[in-house]
Amino acid sequence: MDVELLARLRKGDEQAFVMLVGRYQQPMLRLARSFVPSQAVAEEAVQDTWMGVVRGLEGFEGRSSFKTWLFQILVHRAQSAGSREKTNIPLERLPVVDPVRFDAQGQWADPVERWTEDVENRLDAVTWLPFLKAALDDLPPNQRQVVMLRDIEGLSSEEACSVLGISSGNQRILLHRGRSRLRGLLDAEMERH
Amino acid sequence: MLMLRRRDIVCQQAVELVTDYLEGALSRRNRRRFEAHLRACPNCSAYLEQIRTTVALTGSIKPEDLTPEARADLIDLYRRWRSQ
Repeated sequence: MDVELLARLRKGDEQAFVMLVGRYQQPMLRLARSFVPSQAVAEEAVQDTWMGVVRGLEGFEGRSSFKTWLFQILVHRAQSAGSREKTNIPLERLPVVDPVRFDAQGQWADPVERWTEDVENRLDAVTWLPFLKAALDDLPPNQRQVVMLRDIEGLSSEEACSVLGISSGNQRILLHRGRSRLRGLLDAEMERH
Repeated sequence: MLMLRRRDIVCQQAVELVTDYLEGALSRRNRRRFEAHLRACPNCSAYLEQIRTTVALTGSIKPEDLTPEARADLIDLYRRWRSQ
């Protein structure tokens, strides 16, 4: 579908642009925001990216998915705007579940409650989505970037690595930390209900 | 990759392997140990299920619709870019 929209965009079809913007503007803003200090700078980076896309369409060779290409351009612009130095040193593996949850033998001190039923019963009411969105926004930026690209945008690990310019090892560690943290927050929130 | 020396893994180690497991990044040996642990441990099975539900819930986050103003601004920009 993106491919079709792109073909139309190349011919100057404004409606195709409107559809692409409708689909990607918010995810791009959210991704850009994780690299730069303010919403205004994020908006600028996103706008820059669209301009690059409209003017540089011929540069897209279809070697990656359009989405990956788009996010790569965005991250490149956001990174220069945010002037955050890119570190690619291997990340440490830190415990993702509070050690107090385990006994001296490393076994769960208290039973882990299944929340499948709970969540499924309330999925229609999307009770958890606002909470989850807020929790996602609170993740450290590098974890948020990976979780967004993988679990919201559905990129593969290779695509996420190429968008963010990180190693597959770091990508996995960030995904692990991010998902584990979201699980912990959801679990705590469910206990309150 | 975590190095596991003993034959069996305990819960505290298992939770650290969950993402590598879901990503298919565990060695065959570690995958077997992890799965053996899951079969014997209802708590870690529940934990893995929670992670899967978390991933599915996160995947159901949809971008909000653009405001008409934001959309109009972008279309203006598009026209300007095209005409330059």
